[in-house]
Amino acid sequence: MSEQKKHSAGERFRRWLNQDTDILEQQMIAAQMKAPAEVDPEEVEWRRQRLEEEAQEEQAVARRLEAFNEQKVPETSRFLYCCICVCICLAMIGMLLYTVTMLPKFAAEWDPTINEVPQRYIEKGLQETGAVNIVTGMILDYRAFDTLGESTVLFSAVMVVLLLLRMDAESDKYSTLAAAMRSMPHTDTFYEPKHDTILQHTAKILFPIAVLLGIYVVLNGHLSPGGGFSGGAIIGAGLVLHVTAFGFQDIRRFFTYKTYQRIVSAALLTYAVSKTYSFYTGANHLESGIPLGTPGAILSSGLILVLNICVGFIVACTVYVLYAVFRKGEV
Amino acid sequence: MTLVQNFPAFSILLTIICAVITSVLKRKSASVLTTLVIFVNLVMNFMVMIYTIRTGESYVYMMGHFPAPWGNEIRAGIFETVTMTVLLFVILFSYLGGYRWSAARIEPSKYNLYCVMVELSMLALLALIYTNDLFTAYVFIEISTLAAAGLVMAKQNGRSLVAGVRYMIMNLVGSSLFLLGVVILYTITGHLLMVPIHDAVAQLAETQEYRIPLDVTVALISVGLGMKSALYPFEKWVPGAYSNTTPTSSAMLSSIVSKGYIFLLIKIYIRVIGLPVIDMLGITDVMFVFGAAGMIMGSVNAIRAKTTRMMIAYSSVAQIGYIFFAIGLGTADGLMVALWHLIAHAATKSMLFISCAELNDASGNTHMRTALKGAFYRSPLAAAVFSLGAVNLVGLPLLSVFVTKFMMGQAAVALGGRHMVITLICLAVSTLLNLGYFMNTTVSFFVRDEASYTVHTPARLTKFSLIGFIALNLILGLCAAPIYEILLTGLSRFA
Repeated sequence: MSEQKKHSAGERFRRWLNQDTDILEQQMIAAQMKAPAEVDPEEVEWRRQRLEEEAQEEQAVARRLEAFNEQKVPETSRFLYCCICVCICLAMIGMLLYTVTMLPKFAAEWDPTINEVPQRYIEKGLQETGAVNIVTGMILDYRAFDTLGESTVLFSAVMVVLLLLRMDAESDKYSTLAAAMRSMPHTDTFYEPKHDTILQHTAKILFPIAVLLGIYVVLNGHLSPGGGFSGGAIIGAGLVLHVTAFGFQDIRRFFTYKTYQRIVSAALLTYAVSKTYSFYTGANHLESGIPLGTPGAILSSGLILVLNICVGFIVACTVYVLYAVFRKGEV
Repeated sequence: MTLVQNFPAFSILLTIICAVITSVLKRKSASVLTTLVIFVNLVMNFMVMIYTIRTGESYVYMMGHFPAPWGNEIRAGIFETVTMTVLLFVILFSYLGGYRWSAARIEPSKYNLYCVMVELSMLALLALIYTNDLFTAYVFIEISTLAAAGLVMAKQNGRSLVAGVRYMIMNLVGSSLFLLGVVILYTITGHLLMVPIHDAVAQLAETQEYRIPLDVTVALISVGLGMKSALYPFEKWVPGAYSNTTPTSSAMLSSIVSKGYIFLLIKIYIRVIGLPVIDMLGITDVMFVFGAAGMIMGSVNAIRAKTTRMMIAYSSVAQIGYIFFAIGLGTADGLMVALWHLIAHAATKSMLFISCAELNDASGNTHMRTALKGAFYRSPLAAAVFSLGAVNLVGLPLLSVFVTKFMMGQAAVALGGRHMVITLICLAVSTLLNLGYFMNTTVSFFVRDEASYTVHTPARLTKFSLIGFIALNLILGLCAAPIYEILLTGLSRFA
């Protein structure tokens, strides 16, 4: 490190261009030097044994698969089965392609989808929902029930994944599978922590940008293209990048399973309760009393801003939690 | 608009809210909240049912400030509310009846997630039954599929995981076919709400414009929903999914999840495409053939099944065959029979699954059919309940499935010709086959092969739910005529 400091920035850049040095080289070496020091020999031995066991297990599975494949299935019937599969698929593809050629031309004058429905969305959308972005007005006001359903789909997806894949010490008692998974070398629990300097440097720069961009897209959902779903996905991608670079220890300082539960339940409850109010007033022909504000201002378009933020939170947490649970079995 | 008319929307939203709260609760409180929300939904739907029967009208409820064709809508009438009320009773009894086994076999730290799955299946059912919008239907089909996959895999042993993967694959194919159908339908009609689509389709049928896309769309929707509700050639996921999971899950899957899809299909036939157009397209003949194959093959497989739950699972395939067979008759009478059988089968099949679990427990924790010999002396209540379900499915008069068979025969006779002959033959053969496997099992309950038996008393909740199931089935059987009449008036207002 001390040697590098002597050169000016320009000189270092020139040397890097000439491939004389790698600016990250020193840190990479330092990280690699550090990594083995953390592991004690007993653990190395244990890991070696586990790897061997796993290799044996894999071989056993391969043998069983081979035995299964060699079972007496007549060659002709297998061939026939494949033929029928291919034929059915081809028939489906052919049928669907043929149908597509029959459909009305997109955006042609006689296209049935150009009717009073999009007409009202486009002409009166701004006036009725207060959202400059018509798409947001459509999904969060005209058809808000569908979007509530979609948010619930994300919630259900996370719940199912957690039901299946979340593993804690208690799981071992109930499922032999969980116990096996927790000690398997190929799971992430085994290989962490990782020391990838390039990834860490990139993440350091990109993580704040991704989160800020995501927040911007969510908050401006009613004004410009974007909204809760896209913004939430960007924030979620930022979180995934962060955890890939710095590991779970680091991200757990601000994002744990508790955080997920609090954020998502608060967001979905806000969404559901505010929509209960708006469905109730709508169906009973009451004034909702929520001001639409000045179109184009950030605080406008009534509930849409709030709902966008809720959806953003749900999507971001969903993306991250799905990644974490698939990778590690816990959040 | 009176307060009661808000209840369908309220029960959907309340279920979402409670599912979210349940996900953060501990095991005990999660279970209590689930029971509570099922009960509250039951009360609310019962009140709406009374309201719709008294006024005899159906109404549309705007979900938001914008009417059709711009905003989302739900719709409640006699047809929907009666079905929903019966199915909510089934959910309540299935959940409480299977509580003992679910609590014992599912990790305590994950039990609240299991409760979430139960609530989400109920949510999907509510939305599928009340929706007046095709895209909303698709969204809640997704929720239903996810929640059902959770129900199948909740036990987390090897078999249930394999069954869950199979379930997922088959059901995702079904969902995507349905989605393709909805997309094509939107492209040729320009609407997503049911009433405007109905008008547009009627016009298309008159001018014969876009005839092939219309054919394809109806085929895709029918096959997609048929696949998801275990229509015969697509039933390969059924035995694994129904027999390797907890009793509550089996009961919910066979009586709630698949029934939501079938109700949606009936709704699409009547309210979206319209019966005259369906008749013109001839899709019902395909349903008729598949339904007949299901009726026979399901029973044949059930006879060969080794475990009791496998037998009940295959019998579900046969009964779903009945429903599609009735739809395949292509008349309003046929659809009415299909709906009746949907209700009757839901009430009976869940009862069989719960009582079967109790019988297996009493007979030394085994699943084999042969082990149930003398089960009556070990667990009299469960054996009696199982026998009631069995004789009901065989078609004993004064019970609900008899009404199905009788009315189906009548509808076929009214239709005449080939349909009549095939229907009567299929009914006869299928009844004989039903008799074959159900009577075989039931009679063996009463065979005394040991000198003395230890009587196994069921848990209090299981006892409650078994008695509830008996009451539900007896009411459906003994009061079949008035309920059928009410549903008929509902059908006339449904279109």
